[in-house]
Amino acid sequence: MNHRNRTQLLDELARAVPRRILLDSEEAMRPFECDGLSAYRELPLLVALPENTGQVAGILKTCNRLGVPVVTRGAGTGLSGGALPRQDGVLLVLSRLNRILQIDPVARTARVEPGVRNLAVSEAVSGHGLYYAPDPSSQIACSIGGNVAENSGGVHCLKYGLTVHNVLEVKLLTIDGEELVLGGAAPDTPGYDLLALINGSEGMLGVITEVLLRLLPLPETAQVVLAGFPTTESAGAAVAAIIGSGIVPAGLEMMDRPAVEAVEAFIAPGYPRDAEAVLLCELDGGSAEVEEQMARVRSLLEQSGATSVEVSEDEQQRLRFWAGRKNAFPAVGRIQPDYYCMDGTIPRRELPRVLAAIRDLSKKHGLAVANVFHAGDGNLHPLIMYDAGIPGQLETAERMGADILSLCIAAGGTVTGEHGVGMEKIDSMCEQFTEEELRQFHALKAAFDPAGLLNPGKAVPTLVRCAELGAMHVHGGNLPFPDIPRF
Amino acid sequence: MDREQAIRDQVRDAFAGNTPLCIRGGGSKTFYGPPLQGETLVTAGHSGVVSYDPGELVLTCRGGTRLAEVNELLAENGQHLPFDPPAFGEATIGGTVACGFSGPARPWAGALRDYLLGVKIINGRGEVLRFGGQVMKNVAGYDVSRLMAGSMGTLGVILEASFKVLPEPACELTLDFDCDQRESIERLNRWSGRPAPLSASCWRSGRLRLRISGATNETRLWAERLEPDHCRETADEFDKLREHRHEFFAGDEPLWRIAVPSSCPPLPLEGNWLIEWGGAQRWYRGPEDGPSIMEIARTADGHATLFRGEGAPRSAPLPPGMRKLQERIRQAFDPAGILNIMRADPPA
Repeated sequence: MNHRNRTQLLDELARAVPRRILLDSEEAMRPFECDGLSAYRELPLLVALPENTGQVAGILKTCNRLGVPVVTRGAGTGLSGGALPRQDGVLLVLSRLNRILQIDPVARTARVEPGVRNLAVSEAVSGHGLYYAPDPSSQIACSIGGNVAENSGGVHCLKYGLTVHNVLEVKLLTIDGEELVLGGAAPDTPGYDLLALINGSEGMLGVITEVLLRLLPLPETAQVVLAGFPTTESAGAAVAAIIGSGIVPAGLEMMDRPAVEAVEAFIAPGYPRDAEAVLLCELDGGSAEVEEQMARVRSLLEQSGATSVEVSEDEQQRLRFWAGRKNAFPAVGRIQPDYYCMDGTIPRRELPRVLAAIRDLSKKHGLAVANVFHAGDGNLHPLIMYDAGIPGQLETAERMGADILSLCIAAGGTVTGEHGVGMEKIDSMCEQFTEEELRQFHALKAAFDPAGLLNPGKAVPTLVRCAELGAMHVHGGNLPFPDIPRF
Repeated sequence: MDREQAIRDQVRDAFAGNTPLCIRGGGSKTFYGPPLQGETLVTAGHSGVVSYDPGELVLTCRGGTRLAEVNELLAENGQHLPFDPPAFGEATIGGTVACGFSGPARPWAGALRDYLLGVKIINGRGEVLRFGGQVMKNVAGYDVSRLMAGSMGTLGVILEASFKVLPEPACELTLDFDCDQRESIERLNRWSGRPAPLSASCWRSGRLRLRISGATNETRLWAERLEPDHCRETADEFDKLREHRHEFFAGDEPLWRIAVPSSCPPLPLEGNWLIEWGGAQRWYRGPEDGPSIMEIARTADGHATLFRGEGAPRSAPLPPGMRKLQERIRQAFDPAGILNIMRADPPA
């Protein structure tokens, strides 16, 4: 059945685009079976690797005519299974659309194709004293199209915003292969702000073929301070003190002891090993401003009970401090066969209580957790450690993950801050949104993609799925997981 | 005061009876759109700050809350709405979001939609819906909150909005330069490419005013760096500019807003100009007709809107595919076409 569909689709597509860009053998398609969420794998019907926008349009028109689902993929670094293929659909891989089309140093913009890597943009424009601000940890590999689709953040988004704040225009192909221009080089395009809507839309509304990025002047100087704390609570208090003082750090990150131990064993960035929590606070701007603010931050850290405070003395040391944080995920991956990375966001004031509750969940489920946070904006990345080789552990990790997301919702937060819903958090969406809200999402999707062919089954759960889950909505006094402490 | 129940009942009745509704906040921007028809839905009573914790940098208030009240509360805590929206009198937060206007700080600080974290709305079916929230990062579901910015009340009645707020800068300084339009555009783009803490600009009749905001020492330092021989300190006039109380905006002559890429050279239109936003927002009053103005904006990779005058807001029609999509989006929220329908493009 699948074989016949594959052959038929291959014939049809080969009429629209060159045969060489289509992969249909199992061995050629195997590398595309998953994205960064490798617990979920699926072989697509076909993989298409278009070389230009015309070919993308050809593939979409053919799939639209035949009613074949299309899943778009960039670099495949996503952590929520958003680019998980479907066995009845085409996986549209945009990594070959990787040209930087134009850099305008005067207007401070870069026009790029979606497959251009995030870091490649900053590298290409640094000679003009400019950079592209959003810096997800995967920036060496992840591509701009995927950044827009996920509305990626990064360690500097507290001050410089998310992808949505740094994109001026997107060219989008709809499922029928028609091109739409959203936004533009001039501000405030007439009509609804579809540029804002497309950021974070997870490949559900259209296929991004070109992006105009806003570039920022490189700050004159940047300094990071590394502080160790005896408790996560005292580190959390330091975060509140810094933000409350009127300083907006360029980055404000926290790691707990298990995460610190993992990175010290991996690349030894020089973090205090006796601390229960480590805080990294970066300040950037003019030298005088950074110096003045750093003195204030240092004293706030000490007042909050820091047991060690170290300010980077040069660029090399600054990068070394950051290397620990940026390598936290692979470092945890090194000490444990598998880990499951969560992505909830909570109001900052809830941090100590949510951390305590995560510790309780860790005991309850018997799985260790390393915590890495974008503390400045309340975005948590608990890494649940498990071993997929032990039967039942993956399922336990997933249950524990869902419990953590329930905590985030109950704390007034959200199930995903920057990784997206994808396949992974689809059930938690039933808890965060009401039936009417989910229906509104589906109506919005239908305005772009009436037949539901773009990335079906991701990002927004069907009402049927939620009903089956029996978790339609959290009503006071009728919560799922009643044994979890709530606040 | 919480009037959610009453507003929801009114929208539900209107949906059932197919009655057009005309949403009214403070009435400060009635000039921006044709006279609304139908039953008036008054949001002004649905007002008040729902939550504000300065340490969280987030403020949530009801749609009928006056913008001035929000600004006062923030100022008491040394914070502000960085997008600096105009009040044009008695603007409410709901109307501010629905129109999506940002003030002089926009090119450097960001637009209204950049600070909009969450909304609670009533759609055209009378359903109360929440999107986004009170956290800085949130990618659960489509970003319907930001879609509300500039939607002119055609997608829903805005019951509540949550904004990211920021500390007010410690120091603000306005510099004043003599230069022609071309020179001012070149300078603004050059300076914007340096890490200078710029926060507003205005060129008019051979004079460029530039505001710098930030830490005290940093602001003073940049004031000296930016060509000190040709500049002098002057009084801040950006509040007048934001509120259109600057003399340029006086009188009844049609007022055009032309948005272009900031580095675009002076546009070939005879008349009077006031240039803001580092070169990206240009106000025009002059003898040229609408189609010529729109065409010149288009060829400059921008767009023109008649901002004040008969038929405002008027701009070039959207491309056909985009227009159809926008209409389908409107119907996804308001299938009966009862919400501010005269402000939709095209009106159903």
